Amino acid sequence: MAERVSIQTQDFDLSAEVAALRGQDRGVGAVCSFIGTVRDRNEGQSVSTMELEHYPGMTEKAIEAMIDEAFGRFDILGARVIHRVGLLQPTDQIVLVAVSSAHRGESFQACEFLMDYLKTQAPFWKKEQTPEGARWVDARVSDDKALARWGIDARNA
Amino acid sequence: MKIQLRYFASIREALGHGAETIDTQAASLAALRDELIARGGAYADALARGRAVRVALNQTMADEGAALADGAEVGFFPPVTGG
Repeated sequence: MAERVSIQTQDFDLSAEVAALRGQDRGVGAVCSFIGTVRDRNEGQSVSTMELEHYPGMTEKAIEAMIDEAFGRFDILGARVIHRVGLLQPTDQIVLVAVSSAHRGESFQACEFLMDYLKTQAPFWKKEQTPEGARWVDARVSDDKALARWGIDARNA
Repeated sequence: MKIQLRYFASIREALGHGAETIDTQAASLAALRDELIARGGAYADALARGRAVRVALNQTMADEGAALADGAEVGFFPPVTGG
């Protein structure tokens, strides 16, 4: 079975990942993807670098469970999640969620579901370097609300 | 019973280490957290009641009411901010 979750320091290639999803099943008629990137500003301050920490072991387990949940909720054919950790620079790619399905509706929905789920339930933490020093990024209530739309109580922020 | 503790992000920094093994009789995650708070100092501050602290039991998000068993791994960390 194709690898579904990767936690890595190195960058990823969207084209290669989408090609792999298309190649997994000749019934694929739609692939949706989301990429999150590092912004050079947050909460009114400029950000020079971002460091990402995670809980090795739990992270992979949590995201695998989210993908299982997505397969249960949506008629999808494949899913791929890559999340980078370590030191990143503005404009760098952080996360990829890509989903394949026969028709577009299911992969659009599953991609957003997985991203909303990951934001509040996968054990990652961001630390930003700003002109006033390093700071841990605060969790957002809006991310909890995004997951609530899918009927899941995030209880994160 | 022996419990493996893991700390992450701001909690790891505040405590000055990311892991320790302890011997405890705490029956639940809540009791374990209280036991750590009772150590005082950085523990009392980083894990204080009223502070947003999430807990994982054996690498799965858990409620503090969850029961502890010998050999368990418990992670304490702030709200997550990935993606």
